[in-house]
Amino acid sequence: MLTRRTLIASALAAPAAAQTMVDLGFADNGMRTTTRDFPQKGEMILQRSSPPLLETPLSVFDAHDFTPNEQFFVRWHYPFPTSIDPAAHRLSVMGHVAKPLSLSLADLARLPRVAVAAVNQCAGNGRGLFNPRVPGAQWGNGAMGNALWEGVRLKDVLALAGVKAGAVAVRCAGLDAPLTESAPDYAKALPIDHALGEEPIIAWAMNGQPLPLLNGFPLRLVVPGWYSTWWVKMLDSIEVLARPDEGFWMAKAYLQPANPLADVSPASPAGDRVPVTVMRPRAFVTNLTNGARLPPDPFTIIRGIALGGDHGVTSVELSADNGASWLTTRLGPDHGRFAFRRFLGVLHLPRGRHAVIARARNAAGVEQPLRQNWNPSGYNRAGVEPVQVEIA
Amino acid sequence: MRALLLFLAALAAPANLVLPSVETPPPTKRLDITLPDTEGLLPERYGVSAEAANANCLACHSAAMITAQPRLTRVQWAETITKMRTVYGAPIDPADDAAILDWLVAD
Repeated sequence: MLTRRTLIASALAAPAAAQTMVDLGFADNGMRTTTRDFPQKGEMILQRSSPPLLETPLSVFDAHDFTPNEQFFVRWHYPFPTSIDPAAHRLSVMGHVAKPLSLSLADLARLPRVAVAAVNQCAGNGRGLFNPRVPGAQWGNGAMGNALWEGVRLKDVLALAGVKAGAVAVRCAGLDAPLTESAPDYAKALPIDHALGEEPIIAWAMNGQPLPLLNGFPLRLVVPGWYSTWWVKMLDSIEVLARPDEGFWMAKAYLQPANPLADVSPASPAGDRVPVTVMRPRAFVTNLTNGARLPPDPFTIIRGIALGGDHGVTSVELSADNGASWLTTRLGPDHGRFAFRRFLGVLHLPRGRHAVIARARNAAGVEQPLRQNWNPSGYNRAGVEPVQVEIA
Repeated sequence: MRALLLFLAALAAPANLVLPSVETPPPTKRLDITLPDTEGLLPERYGVSAEAANANCLACHSAAMITAQPRLTRVQWAETITKMRTVYGAPIDPADDAAILDWLVAD
């Protein structure tokens, strides 16, 4: 909906260069402009210039299983260096360890190499679609992407330093820093069991290229299956903790209601909260935009992508009757359990208006609910995303 | 018919596990970027001056962080100012709160 305030917002964000308006489908104030002004980035939806919040257009997901680096979403809390020499970069490993270390990228490269295809998704992806609305970064569903990440296992780096008995968490921080002295430095403390597991990696490559600076050059943490708040960018510090991290970014921020869907009634008190961690299965129709008008056809192709969270996608089903009946889709190539999985199906849609629903299920049997969950922080959006189409 | 053929063609595509098999060396070259400055100041709204909001809010984030928000109440915006001050150490002059809020809700 184009309103006076969205016009003001777009005028503010408007450089002289040509740009496209995008409707993110929010109840209000959902118009954004695209931008090509950011280094190492192609056309992105501009959410905020500084610190940058750049969203991936939905059409990118229709065209690629692996989201191109130049259209991968960007999210920073604080300012960060814009000039980095990877030869001079050091990763310190300290705290509750036998031997503190300062590692170069060359040091890291001597460890066993690993590669994993994994979806990186902001905990607040889809926050702008919450009803009732909540404050925060007003993302559509493009604060996510799938990439092939290459580097070394976090546990192998920790083994070099020797984690001492009694360690409970591994706090990771990067080169970004707040402007004011009293603001809390961005740091996330992985539970020790997860840090010592097979999955988290320290990555220097993304889709076969160095990380774009805006995506965390020269090193970032990759925590497959977990939300991107854990995927610390410009990683330069790993501190093993013998007691829980009570810092703001662990104890106060990125907390969700303590139930798997992070679901509470808007009218109810917040209740107990726990850190956002594992992502849920989600499916997105990518070849039809909301409100599309299509000619009658015996077979309407429905195409999209799904993620499974921490387990692989096992099925994506389609419904055009509010879930009364479901049709299975054909899944595309399997890039591993943490990656996007493409789906393709056909529906026979008679003339008229239809809401096309895609529903994902993962290997742990977790299925997308038909009803959206809600919480006051706008995290962990998990329900199906109906696409309205008209056959005319 | 074309749609059906496309669909049948897609059904023939392989669905096996595709394992990655690349080995990219760590980067060695310095990377320098320049960030664009594509947002200006917040504008006057319905005759309400944005001066206090511009002076207090834009040091840490650009204007779109504010203009992109859904319609929030004066109480919600006041909570946001408090969060900026207490969590992020924003040096917002308390004497400016009322003028900032006046602008935020003049919408």
